[in-house]
Amino acid sequence: MPLDASDLGAIWLTFKLASLTTLILLLIGTPIAWWLARTRSWLRGPIGAIVALPLVLPPTVIGFYLLIALGPHGWLGQATQALGLGTVVFSFTGLVIGSVVYSMPFVVQPLQNAFSAIGERPLEVAATLRASPWDCFFSVVLPLARPGFITASILGFAHTVGEFGVVLMIGGNIPDKTRVVSVQIFDHVEAMEYMQAHWLAGAMLVFSFLVLLALYASRRGKPAWS
Amino acid sequence: MSALIQARLQVAFDDFRLDVDLQLPGRGVSALFGHSGSGKTTCLRCLAGLERADQAYIEVNGEVWQDSARQYFMPPHQRPIGYVFQEASLFPHLSVKNNLIFGWRRIAQHQRQVGLEHACELLGISHLLARKPDTLSGGERQRVGIARALLTSPKVLLMDEPLAALDGPRKREILPYLERLHDQLQIPLIYVSHAQDEVARLADHLVLLEQGKVQASGPISQTLARLDLPLALQEDAGVVIEGEVDAHDAAYQLLDLKLPGSDLRLRLTHEALAPGARLRVKVQARDVSLSLADDSRSSILNRLPVRVCALRAGDNPAQMLVSLDADGTALLARVTRYSSDQLGLHEGQQLWAQIKSVALLG
Amino acid sequence: MRMRAPRFALTAVFGMLTLNSAWADEVQVAVAANFTAPIQAIAKDFEKDTGHKLVASFGATGQFYAQIKNGAPFEVFLSADDTTPEKLENEGETVKGSRFTYAIGTLALWSPKAGYVDDKGEVLKKNDYKHLSIANPKAAPYGLAATQVLAKLNLTEATKGKLVEGQNITQAFQFVSTGNAELGFVALSQIYKDGKVSNGSAWIVPANLHDPIKQDAVILNKGKDNAAAKALVDYLKGPKAAEVIKSYGYEL
Repeated sequence: MPLDASDLGAIWLTFKLASLTTLILLLIGTPIAWWLARTRSWLRGPIGAIVALPLVLPPTVIGFYLLIALGPHGWLGQATQALGLGTVVFSFTGLVIGSVVYSMPFVVQPLQNAFSAIGERPLEVAATLRASPWDCFFSVVLPLARPGFITASILGFAHTVGEFGVVLMIGGNIPDKTRVVSVQIFDHVEAMEYMQAHWLAGAMLVFSFLVLLALYASRRGKPAWS
Repeated sequence: MSALIQARLQVAFDDFRLDVDLQLPGRGVSALFGHSGSGKTTCLRCLAGLERADQAYIEVNGEVWQDSARQYFMPPHQRPIGYVFQEASLFPHLSVKNNLIFGWRRIAQHQRQVGLEHACELLGISHLLARKPDTLSGGERQRVGIARALLTSPKVLLMDEPLAALDGPRKREILPYLERLHDQLQIPLIYVSHAQDEVARLADHLVLLEQGKVQASGPISQTLARLDLPLALQEDAGVVIEGEVDAHDAAYQLLDLKLPGSDLRLRLTHEALAPGARLRVKVQARDVSLSLADDSRSSILNRLPVRVCALRAGDNPAQMLVSLDADGTALLARVTRYSSDQLGLHEGQQLWAQIKSVALLG
Repeated sequence: MRMRAPRFALTAVFGMLTLNSAWADEVQVAVAANFTAPIQAIAKDFEKDTGHKLVASFGATGQFYAQIKNGAPFEVFLSADDTTPEKLENEGETVKGSRFTYAIGTLALWSPKAGYVDDKGEVLKKNDYKHLSIANPKAAPYGLAATQVLAKLNLTEATKGKLVEGQNITQAFQFVSTGNAELGFVALSQIYKDGKVSNGSAWIVPANLHDPIKQDAVILNKGKDNAAAKALVDYLKGPKAAEVIKSYGYEL
């Protein structure tokens, strides 16, 4: 067996982290993307830019700010302590929070594009057919934006799997809690355990390729609004 | 006219102002007619609540839908309307059947007055139910769109140039269905169009919009004959007459059409129709000539005694437009200024109108 | 005139590309992260005294190893340990006989809170902290030393659930300095200035509690013919550098 228990633990942890992060991002990213796609408020620019920040910021910058913000003296850390949660740095919860921030644009932007592409008309049609805005969202917008949701989920998941800098900064490299695959690979390289690094890195490469393959396959046959 | 639909609307966009006070009858087809940019679609969207007018009072059948004075705005999904868009805008992810019942499922059972079968039969789409929208022709799509709107059992049916996106044959495919709606349903229909032929065929009531203002509003038979409107100046100016089928002369294949509220008749070559049926014809101004006496030696079939109501110069200085009253039915005639002077045309004058051709609408 | 602007640009680009190799008296150094501050201080004097230029890259030793093996342009390597330079030497990546210990690291248990860490390290046994930060023991000698200390004090089990690892000693320090870990094993050089601990409270771990953290330097094959590389190594062995190195809390 080329992968040992700690490698498998890292893989399982990574899978858990990416799944949970994607789920949370779909839940909170959907309203954000919807708002960004529809609003005419001047806040659209600033909020859109904030959501997109992780695209351009080095992950270490995000990680560093999170380390400070989530720490005992940071405003988020104060908030989690006030809520009785303690601080979340060095915990799985902390990683989830970091990943949500880090992968946000990869979920929000495809959704926003999908929502924008739907346009005004289907919503108007639904309204004249007695669908309330909520009803319309679930019966018209969600099905029409399905390709966007698929893309967003795949990108969000994959990007979280590939996350490294943020985890490094706030994770603390704790087995089964914060030691994800990317960090495990880095560990192996650092410790000059190149064989193990190869196996994990190779697995990650294959995984990434398959994910992108799925993504491109799902984009074909995108339904157009008639 | 029992004004059952009232709408006072004021909307200001950057480069456009709409300021109208509409009183539309609670039955039949009301056409909002005007050039593009005249505000007719905006009116319709305001009625539906898709556009929120700055100042608005909308009341339909005694129910207030919007009253900006009281800050009241009924959201579009609560307004009992059916709306047909220019492009059918069917939901691509749903089958024809699921498109059709989308609105139907969302109204209370006791409010459902139009059933799926009835709507499909009216629009001739029963064979399409299992199909997906992207496999339909443009005409079929629009018929499904109309049926879908009908299935919400609306109190008012709003149509925004439903034929504009279709080519000639597709238009001719749909028009009969619209006429059936007109004849068979009790639902008032507000129809936005810039195509005079559609309006002439379908409308009972005509609202003429120009640059965000109402220029004229009234029964189509009267409005088209008004000399003070730009309509009278158009090349194909004329009136629409809805007559009642009377006797039929089988030997000559001539059908008598009684003018509304009168004993006067128009005759046209046509096969027999059930007496009492309503038939719509158009009489163009250029096909009406005037004569001081009834000339029975003429080949012209239709000669009616008329009274001159008004005269005005045409936009060509050689021509005059004359509006006429044939025992309650308005007619329009275009004659040369020379003839007008020769006949000494003046208001109140009695003379004979010779109608060279009567065009059946539909 | 027409030709001149492009030709000028071309010359400029070419000049920039060849700039590095054009200066024969420049030395590219890979420096272990814990030695960042001392080398910066040393570099100033070195450049002033010798006229050579020192270009330093800071990072983790394991990473440098991988980069050197794969053709990185470093000429001198200041490692955080003694095994990596030895390994490189055995693999023929270095100039024979150039390896020497330039500093011996001192481990410190540190907290930014004044009075939190006592000068015997008893705080470790009190168990009133949630996180104890160390450098990754697999990759960083300071991390390995920290685990040795814990083992000697029989605290390995007690601290197991509290250990958080930075990938290198810099990150281990960061976890503590941002308050996310209450205390941690850091390099004395990170908290030492002008002969004393500059802030917070610290226990300078006695050298007998762990294997010596020997930090070895070596001239790499790329620096074989570079006078500046040789000059730097000589300079590091000299008294002026030694003074600086000691002032940062290293032994010699």
